Amino acid sequence: MRKSLRLLFFCGIFLYLYVPIAILIINAFNLNRYGLRWDGFTLKWFTAMAANPGLMEATRHSLTIAICAASAATAIGCLAAIGFTRYRFVGRRILQGTLMTLMMAPDIILAISLLVLFVGIGIALGFWSLLLSHITFCLPFTVMTVTARLQGFDRFLLDAARDLGASEGQLLRRVVLPLLRPALLSSWLLSFTLSLDDVIVSSFVTGPSYDVLPLKIFSMVKVGVKPEVNALATLMVALSLVLVVISQLLVKERDKNGKNK
Amino acid sequence: MKILRTKTAVIGLICGWLLLFGVVPILMLLTSSFLSQDAAGFYRLPFSLHSYRQLFLDPGYLEVMLRSLKLAALTTLICLSAGYPFAWFTARFSKRQRLVILILLMIPFWTNSLVRTYAIRMVLGTHGLLNKLLLATGLIDSPLRLLYTDTAVLLGLFYLMLPFMILPLYANLEKLDYRLVEAAHDLGAGPLQIFRRVIVPLSLPGIFAGCIMVFVPTMGLFYVASLLGGARQLLIGNLIQQQFLNARNWPLGSATSVMLILLMTVMLAGYALIMRRLTARGQRS
Repeated sequence: MRKSLRLLFFCGIFLYLYVPIAILIINAFNLNRYGLRWDGFTLKWFTAMAANPGLMEATRHSLTIAICAASAATAIGCLAAIGFTRYRFVGRRILQGTLMTLMMAPDIILAISLLVLFVGIGIALGFWSLLLSHITFCLPFTVMTVTARLQGFDRFLLDAARDLGASEGQLLRRVVLPLLRPALLSSWLLSFTLSLDDVIVSSFVTGPSYDVLPLKIFSMVKVGVKPEVNALATLMVALSLVLVVISQLLVKERDKNGKNK
Repeated sequence: MKILRTKTAVIGLICGWLLLFGVVPILMLLTSSFLSQDAAGFYRLPFSLHSYRQLFLDPGYLEVMLRSLKLAALTTLICLSAGYPFAWFTARFSKRQRLVILILLMIPFWTNSLVRTYAIRMVLGTHGLLNKLLLATGLIDSPLRLLYTDTAVLLGLFYLMLPFMILPLYANLEKLDYRLVEAAHDLGAGPLQIFRRVIVPLSLPGIFAGCIMVFVPTMGLFYVASLLGGARQLLIGNLIQQQFLNARNWPLGSATSVMLILLMTVMLAGYALIMRRLTARGQRS
């Protein structure tokens, strides 16, 4: 009795999470424009999506930003994490506190304050303002991921390498970075996802010269149902599915490495 | 020598970044909330308290803020009441089952939230799935007007924020020492008593973390209110968005954001206080 109640509860939650997405995907292949009933299978919405230059341009922009922001945030985050674990310095706790606050702060506050900053120091709203903002909100997550990994690995490896005559640079390149590879990959994936998922920050810090997906989708669906958006959304769900699988494989690899040790 | 240079560079980079894109913008926001409105240049001198006066004395703004707080509180409550049992049962499952459940939870979480809001809208529409189901089962005679209501916004907010409640709760409940529950049971406590006296106090950090993660960000999700709600301004996020992007009243928009920052600070301070009290109690016993 209690078991079946529990099952019912989980089914209810997952139905709630998945039914809307399922309907979205079904309608992407539905001949009926408004998705009122199933009229037959079609791929024409995908063709319509590909033929919509504005939508395609926004997709390209979003992907560019996501790739650049993920790469930069991972690189900076990795350096910062190494700095946090390797060096002792005044204000380390404050710095970590700032990072935590940045992570917990609601997107809208980050968005507004960055907008005020960019306008205040005269950075035009567009590619650069968007990129800098995305790097900023990804940064705490990459620092956390890499720090967690750094704390997990054997400090004696570093001592051993140094005893064998490795320089600081060699230590980083030949010992630390290879050990960090899974953590770097997963923080890259996380940042990439965060960047693609963002609606609020992008709405404020980009300008008309650089349209990105959330803004484009928002303006398209505000007035009604747009089947091209269903098609695009289906592709986005598929992409996030792939990303989740990859990140899970990374976790597995990490666990395996941990056991070997 | 070289180590020192690397160290300075690394620390300088991260400090500089956080200062420029974290601390300075907040200070500028704070300053701009005390300036006067300027149609062309966004804000200008002199300093004034006009925005704050407007925020507190204009009944319209007060109403939006109260409604926003109410909606966020309701969302947090619903997320907690659904998320707590979810996290509890998940933490008690076998390792394999836990992994499956968490992955299933993460997949929608990794999908763009605007796309998911749009998906919710298709379910709630007049000809959407929910109305069709209700009509087919004969529970209603004519389609319900679900979309563009506060209920729709609440359902959308719950949909988006649930994982933010579950993840901190799960992280906390997973670590909970189940032997304490067994001990309470052996000492004759009933299920309700165990829950109230053992499980809840032990999971308080998770509950608070989850509530903070849900409560404040919810008020910023303007696009959920725009897509699912009616014409009324529902969330503080809508107010901020309107002031910054349409009405061009930056000082007022900044002052509204400052209110959110204050709320966030109070909640974080409360969290820190509770954590300290809990650790102090743990050390004493």
